[in-house]
Parts: sequence; C-alpha cells; structure tokens
Amino acid sequence: MTLFVQQFFNGLSLGGVYCLAAIGLTLVFGVLRIPNLAHGALYMVGAYLTYFFLTSAGVPYILAIALAALVLAGIGIGMERVVFHPLRNAPHTHHMIAAAGAMFFLHSLIQAIWGADFRRMESPITGRVEILGTQVSWQRVTIVITAVVVLIALTWFIKRTVHGQSIEAVEQDRVGASLVGINPNRVSMLTFGLAAALVAVAAGLVAPINLLYPTMGDVIMVKVFAIIILGGLGSIPGAIVGGFTLGMAEVMATTYVSAVAGEVIAFVVLILVLAIRPTGLLTKAVQR
Amino acid sequence: MKLTFSIRGVGALLVAAALLFAPLILAEQNYLLRVLITGITYAIAVYGLNIILGFTGQLSLAHGGFFGIGVYTMGLLTTDYDWSFWGALLAAIVLTTVVGFLAGLLALRTREAYFAVFTMALGLIIYMIISRWEDVTHAYSGVLGVKLPENIGPLDFSEPATYYYLLLVFLAAAAYVTYTLRVSNVGRRLLAIRTSEDLASSIGINVGLNKQLAFTASAGFAGLGGALFASAEGFIGPNSSSIDLTFELLMFLLVGGVATVMGPIVGTLLVLALFEAFQDFQAYRFILLGPVIIALVIYAPQGLIGRLNELTLRWKRRRAAAPKTPAGPPDSDSPADPNDEKAEVR
Repeated sequence: MTLFVQQFFNGLSLGGVYCLAAIGLTLVFGVLRIPNLAHGALYMVGAYLTYFFLTSAGVPYILAIALAALVLAGIGIGMERVVFHPLRNAPHTHHMIAAAGAMFFLHSLIQAIWGADFRRMESPITGRVEILGTQVSWQRVTIVITAVVVLIALTWFIKRTVHGQSIEAVEQDRVGASLVGINPNRVSMLTFGLAAALVAVAAGLVAPINLLYPTMGDVIMVKVFAIIILGGLGSIPGAIVGGFTLGMAEVMATTYVSAVAGEVIAFVVLILVLAIRPTGLLTKAVQR
Repeated sequence: MKLTFSIRGVGALLVAAALLFAPLILAEQNYLLRVLITGITYAIAVYGLNIILGFTGQLSLAHGGFFGIGVYTMGLLTTDYDWSFWGALLAAIVLTTVVGFLAGLLALRTREAYFAVFTMALGLIIYMIISRWEDVTHAYSGVLGVKLPENIGPLDFSEPATYYYLLLVFLAAAAYVTYTLRVSNVGRRLLAIRTSEDLASSIGINVGLNKQLAFTASAGFAGLGGALFASAEGFIGPNSSSIDLTFELLMFLLVGGVATVMGPIVGTLLVLALFEAFQDFQAYRFILLGPVIIALVIYAPQGLIGRLNELTLRWKRRRAAAPKTPAGPPDSDSPADPNDEKAEVR
C-alpha cells in the first residue's frame, strides 16, 4: 500500500509534467495544424536555461523557471516568425522538415554551449513530507502544485481573456476568425510563445529529477505526441487527461511490471490508438 | 522534348562518370574513398526514402530504423551466426521488406501528420529494441568484425576499390528503379496520390495498395543500404538506427531534390562533402546545417536537381517559343517575345 501511494504521487508528478508539455504541442497543432517536431528541443532548451539561471546566475528555483519560460517564449515567437510563418502555405511535409532543422540547430547549439555530457541539477527543494503514511519528496509535491496552478491559470487565460479566446477562435476556424477582426498571425505568435513557455515550465520542474543532456527532449517528444493523439490533436482537456493517464500508466508499469514496460508503454499506446482509430481517439472531426 | 531529355541525360552521365572514375582519381586517398563508400550506402537508403516521400508525398520518419534493421541483420548474422555476406544481405533485404510491409499495414491507415508521428514512434521503437536488447544486439558495446563480401573468382572485395564498384552496382540499381518508376504507370499513380488521395481514388487508383507497395519497397531499399553500410564499416552500433539518422537521410534527399532520379546520390555526396569540410567541429555542424535545412525548405524546396530540372525545362520552353527564323540575335521587338516571357513566368 505504501508503495502504491508513493508511486501514485510519482505518477501524478510525471503526469503534471507531461500535461504542461502536451498542452503546448496541442495548442500549436490546433492553431497552425502542424505537428511541431522541434517541441522536444524546446523542452531541452528550457531545462538547460533553468539549470543556467539556477546554478550560474544563482536565482531562486521558481524564479529560474519563470525566467527560462520567458526566454523560451521569445524563442518560440522567433521560431514562428522565422521558420513556420514563411511556410504557412507549403505542403505539410515542409513544416516537419523545417522543424527538424530547428531541432538539430538547438541540439547543436546547446551542445556547443554546455557540452554533450550528462549534467545533474541539484534539487533546490530538499526534504520530504509525509502523506498518507509514505514519504513524498517536496520536489514532487512542488511539481504537482505548480502544474495544477499553471493549468488553472492557463484555463482562465484561454476561457476568460480576449487573447485566449482569440486562440480558441482561430483554432475553430481560421478564416472565420480573421473575418471578425482577429489577426491570425498574432495568434500564431502568441500560441508559439505560450507553448514554448509551458514546455519550459515542464522541463524546469522535472530537471532536478532527470539528467540533462542535449537529446533529452527526443523521447519525451514522442511520448507527448502519444498523449495528444490519445487525447485528440488540438484538444486541451484531452491533453490534460492524456498526460495524467500516461504518467500514471508509465509509473505503474515500471513498478509492477518492469522498467522496460514503463519505457515502451507510451509507444504501445500510440501504436494501438492509431491502429484502432487512425485519426486519434477523441478527435472531434476528421481534419483534411 | 528531345533536348531536355539529353540535358538531363548528360547530367546523369557526368555524375555516373565521376562515380566510375572516382577510385582511379582517389587511388592514393583511401580515406576519401571510404567516405564515398559510406555515402553510397546512405544514398541507397535515400533512394528508398525518395519513393515514399518523393512519389507518394508521405513523410516517413522510420527510415533510420529500417536502415538499422539492415545494419543489424548484416552485422549479427555475419559475426555471431557466421553467415556468409551474400546470405546475410539477402536476409537483411527480406527482413526489412517484411517489417516494412507489416509496419505499412498499420502506418498507412494514418495520413499526413499522423503518419509522420506514427512512423517516428516506429523508428524510436526499433532504436529502443536495438539499443536495449543486449543479449542479441550487444546494445551499446556494438559488434566488431562484420564481414566483407566473399571473393567471387578474381574479385577481391577486401580491396576498397572493388567493394566500391560492387556498391556502385547496387546504387545504379536503386537509381534505375527510381527512373523506371518515374516514367511508369506505377510512378504516375504514386504521383497522383501525392497530388490528392481523394482525386486519385476517384479515377480508379487503388490508393491503399499503391501506398503499401511504395512503403514496402522504400523500407527494403533502406534495409539494403543499412546492410551494405554495416559491411563497409565493419562495426555496428545503435547509432546507425537512431532518429538523427532519419533526419540526416531526409536532409540528403532534400538537398538533392525530392522525387528526382539523381537527387538522392547528388544530395548525399554533397552534404557528406560539407560534413567533411566541417569535420573539425563535427558535433556542432548542425548549428550551420540546421538553418541550411530551414532555408532550403523555405526558398528551394525542390532541391538542387529539382531546380536544375526546372531550369532546363524553362530553357527548353524558351527555345521552343523562340521564332523559327534561323540563328541571329532575337529581336526584342519581335512578336514572339511576349509569348516567351509568358512561358517563362508560367
């Protein structure tokens, strides 16, 4: 039982991280109808920037994450302008190839700055707390709380503010949105910035638990794709449900089956879902 | 028509001649010959990628994985199981084709973005199997001593130049298949599918079957390239199946020209030459090459050979539009010129 409760919290914290990473990807897909293959690289840059602000610049942990998110938002907007905006009318393969180019560029850049070696970020939040008779580290509690706070703030932003609602409008109908005076270009930039900031928060939160290395984003990106395909491309509630489901499934499979099972479960889910419903499980309508 | 064909033909002949005489020119420089050998094995896999991406317009990100299956079939069979090169080569082609066929059954149910994500996951699964299944693949320690082809009569393949010519035969076969595909009905069907799947099926093209065939053949070529790569290198490791490799193959194809016959080989060798030029900071080469990929996709998505083909086509049109009067500087006021301009702008 103690093991289960402990693993439950591990699953919850992992799920929170997956959610934050997945929402960005699903937002970008919703607005621009493209899978951003550089999302994993943005995650990696977010982790390294948090590491930089924390260890080299010496700012407090949460502030370091916020700063990293801010920088990443700038990178995201720049990427939209430089890479995706010129390709807005090109065939879909071109976006993916360009995104791959951006991904490689970021890999190399980070490797040039920080080297290819694994880096460990010491957790600035130490200690444990007793919940339901088991020890849970404060780091994981922080992850869960931050994820929930960010998710609530995001929901508020999208549902209650004009800028957020304009994202939803463009998602639903790009032409219709521009007819009522919404600038789709500005929404694209906003979405990219938001997505990059969210993935930076995810990376900053999980960085003290995992190691840092230039290709750390590759596997998590496929997992995040599995999540948003499970939850329906473009759907935020789907990304949240999918994120927590996969995080929990991964931790439980690792605990009760084997480490390899935990590692491959995301891919198995992805393959199964696409084999059964090639357009994703919870997709509203087939997008052509 | 005839003229265009001959220009392309001359270009292809020049490339072929350069490849044929390369070992003689590079006789003293074994290192460059080895680079060329590696490049040709990659190019064969790029021809595979060209079939599915160039002709049917589906972006497969599993080709690094298929390449890896070829590498490991060749590498493991000729070392741990002591097969001959030729047996292992056949096994590699058969295995990747079968895996490609089975993967295609599932993957081709999806399309566009979903297809890319699906195949990316597939490629990662293949990579994970190869890098984690230590009992069979030796994981990260890799395997040394992959066999070169056994001698056939007087042909001694341990001589790099001889092995190079063997590879050239396979490369020519891959290019020839692409060429026949381009001018055949099958190729036209695939191009129709690339243009619009719905339209293609409305005129009676079996979209599913044709995509399945293209994907299967495409995987087979990637496996062939991988098997030859393993033999050429003599060493196998999990990196030869990674997602990075997929994107490198993609870049080779993109630089050369998607859906062209000479694009894969020209693109591969050109980019590898760039890699060699930037060898000193090999790990950081993508700081330069990443933006190059992006710029290519934005400004020259048709690639080098695609661009050249366009230029020859334009030149041919200009000649066709030119007045039939015998030589002499074209008169700028002649009535033929406006047509000419129109033809050029297209």
